[in-house]
Amino acid sequence: MSNPNTSSSGESHGSVSSYLIGFVLAVILTVLSFGVVMSHSLAPAGTLAALSVLALVQVLVHLHYFLHMGSGSEARWNNIAFVFTVAFVSILIVGTVFIMSNTSMNMMSR
Amino acid sequence: MLGRLSLSAIPLDVPILVGTFIGVLIVGVAVLGLITYYGKWGYLWKEWFTSVDHKRLAVMYIVLALVALARGFADAIMMRTQLALAYAGNPGYLPPHHYDQIFSAHGTIMIFFLAMAFMTGLFNFIVPLQIGARDVAYPFLNNLSFWMTAVAFMLVNISLFIGEFSQCGWLAYPPLSEMQFSPGVGVDYYIWAIQISGVGTLLTGVNFFVTIVKMRAPGMTWLKMPVFTWTAFCSSILIMATFPVLTVAVALLGLDRYFGMHFFTNDGGGNQMLYLNLIWAWGHPEVYILVLPAFGVFSEVVPAFSGKPLFGYKTMVYATCSIMVLSFLVWVHHFFTMGAGPDVNAFFGIATMIISIPTGVKLFNWLFTMYKGRIQYHACMYWAVGFMVVFTIGGMTGVMMAIPGSDFVLHNSLFLIAHFHNVIIGGVYFGYVCGMNFWAPKVLGFKMNEAWGIRAFWFWLVGFFFAFMPLYVLGFEGMTRRMNHYDNPAWHPWMLIAEVGAVLILFGVVCQLMQIYVSIRDCNKPENRDVTGDPWNGRTLEWSTSSPPPVYNFAIVPHVSSLDAYTHDKENGIDTRQAGGKYEAIHMPKNTASGIACGAFALIFGFAAVWYIWWLAAIGLVGVIGTVIARSANKDIDYYIPAEEVARIENEHTRKLMAQAAE
Repeated sequence: MSNPNTSSSGESHGSVSSYLIGFVLAVILTVLSFGVVMSHSLAPAGTLAALSVLALVQVLVHLHYFLHMGSGSEARWNNIAFVFTVAFVSILIVGTVFIMSNTSMNMMSR
Repeated sequence: MLGRLSLSAIPLDVPILVGTFIGVLIVGVAVLGLITYYGKWGYLWKEWFTSVDHKRLAVMYIVLALVALARGFADAIMMRTQLALAYAGNPGYLPPHHYDQIFSAHGTIMIFFLAMAFMTGLFNFIVPLQIGARDVAYPFLNNLSFWMTAVAFMLVNISLFIGEFSQCGWLAYPPLSEMQFSPGVGVDYYIWAIQISGVGTLLTGVNFFVTIVKMRAPGMTWLKMPVFTWTAFCSSILIMATFPVLTVAVALLGLDRYFGMHFFTNDGGGNQMLYLNLIWAWGHPEVYILVLPAFGVFSEVVPAFSGKPLFGYKTMVYATCSIMVLSFLVWVHHFFTMGAGPDVNAFFGIATMIISIPTGVKLFNWLFTMYKGRIQYHACMYWAVGFMVVFTIGGMTGVMMAIPGSDFVLHNSLFLIAHFHNVIIGGVYFGYVCGMNFWAPKVLGFKMNEAWGIRAFWFWLVGFFFAFMPLYVLGFEGMTRRMNHYDNPAWHPWMLIAEVGAVLILFGVVCQLMQIYVSIRDCNKPENRDVTGDPWNGRTLEWSTSSPPPVYNFAIVPHVSSLDAYTHDKENGIDTRQAGGKYEAIHMPKNTASGIACGAFALIFGFAAVWYIWWLAAIGLVGVIGTVIARSANKDIDYYIPAEEVARIENEHTRKLMAQAAE
């Protein structure tokens, strides 16, 4: 039986090339986000939509290339942690939108 | 060259601070001199400062917490004295500028440096031992976390003598904390202290999460895990989920202040209400981060001193997990009056009330554990029973304020102050002190003095009621928090009673210091030594090793076959230690100076960033990152304890056990 104190099996740590690909993608997405805002090339609503899409893709890039989601023998723990994170982030975002929009309506600040 | 820093930043015009500074200087020089005189620097450096041993770090965390208690309590009694005096014609002795810094520092220190440090200390004390592990998953990160917390606390204390501290309360609400209204360095000290200690706390959360998931002894399935470990697990999850929210909120405030952005300003499209929303999305889970481990302590202490297994282990676990999830859903109750409509307030009010159900389940579990048990009134049990009484009152006043309608009356009044001290002193603080008394013999090898412990308890309990029950009354009478002076004659007698309570608590703190002093003085008396490693007939694995445990904790990793593993082994005549078994060389992490080096650079960075000394800040930042990179490249980080050495240590302990049994 393997010693639980020294086991280091299971995790996939990725390779240099996968980190590099991830890094380049992340940089491109970041530059694009800043570009969309600073160039004023889209209408405000379009800017918001573009930013949201870019942010979502950015999250996926990080999950895949840096956090190694969906690979390796630790998939179960990865998935549990991921579901929990998504749940928490949704609570925070949905809750914030709910609270802030309701407050703005009520206080007639928009 | 020195940014905003000049000699005028030293508050020589405030006599209280000059006096304090001279006092700190004398004590500091005396302590440093004594260490040098006895030649203990090498010992401290090798055995403590650079140690990655979780037991050593635990002791350092708790020492840090006690120092923070001294500072935070000094602030508290100064505020109470000010309010006892500052009535009608008397302005009191603290001008508003100083008084505002005191209440901000009090809250910041008590939460981030007393409670969080004490909690992390208890995690380090016990979690690895309780799950049968030899250390935490990331021993270096553990040391790094400690130093990040310690230097952040130093930064707060530096603000006492160089510049000023924040005057914006413990959460630095904008727009008051923005550049426009707080142009001084106070809020910047606050920001960097929070950010640096936040790194430490987040790493602690990651560390204990991984430790508990990956390093449990063979056979310890989730529902055989001790309750304290469960609560540490849920706390770690909450830390990982919510501390980034705090970091982001405070970082956005920092961007506003340092780069003139407009996240929370009045103009430029800022919205300060978003800060309230974000900070409390961290702030409410934070109180459960603190109180869950206290619940865990009681779940270990009450069974041990009632001679019975915990009543309703599974309900305790489920209650802990439900509190963890529900704690994400209640944050608006801190700002019901901000202006949201009834839909928002009703949702969060109801969610808040629901949380009292799993908490109630826990309370009944402890009561039923005591029911028909053979209760020994040890000092730990005093804190536990005192907790049940005080915390229940605090919980009930919490449910009162969970009703949005009544919160509109009570919001920001002293009623609120009384409520959260009721749950934080009665829940968190009583719990941690109880845990310290309970586990001290395990970590230190000797029991803490009981008589002084009980005296401390009575002073704290009675002092608590004197200090905070008047605040409930004052809250109903309309007195708001953070007042520097008042004219209402009806309030004055209650403030005097509260002052009496603060003095009683002072006696409690003094008794605790006496308890520590007497315990160390008498530590070699035979009745105080813990030879067996199991002074309270404990139920979980930590009691199966020697006290203090060897550096590797368990020579042979125990096998767990049931809940309360050690009790099971004792009842069935199984030797958990497997003494005389086949010992193997044990793989251990080496001590490292990287943690303290990172901490020192972080302190330099924080101080320089507060004062706009940019070249120094750059040195600090590069230093932190460089140290981490250098550490990652270091391959010489572990060693093996040879099997013969393990056998020698274990046989020595077996011999002592035999000698004890023969007496």
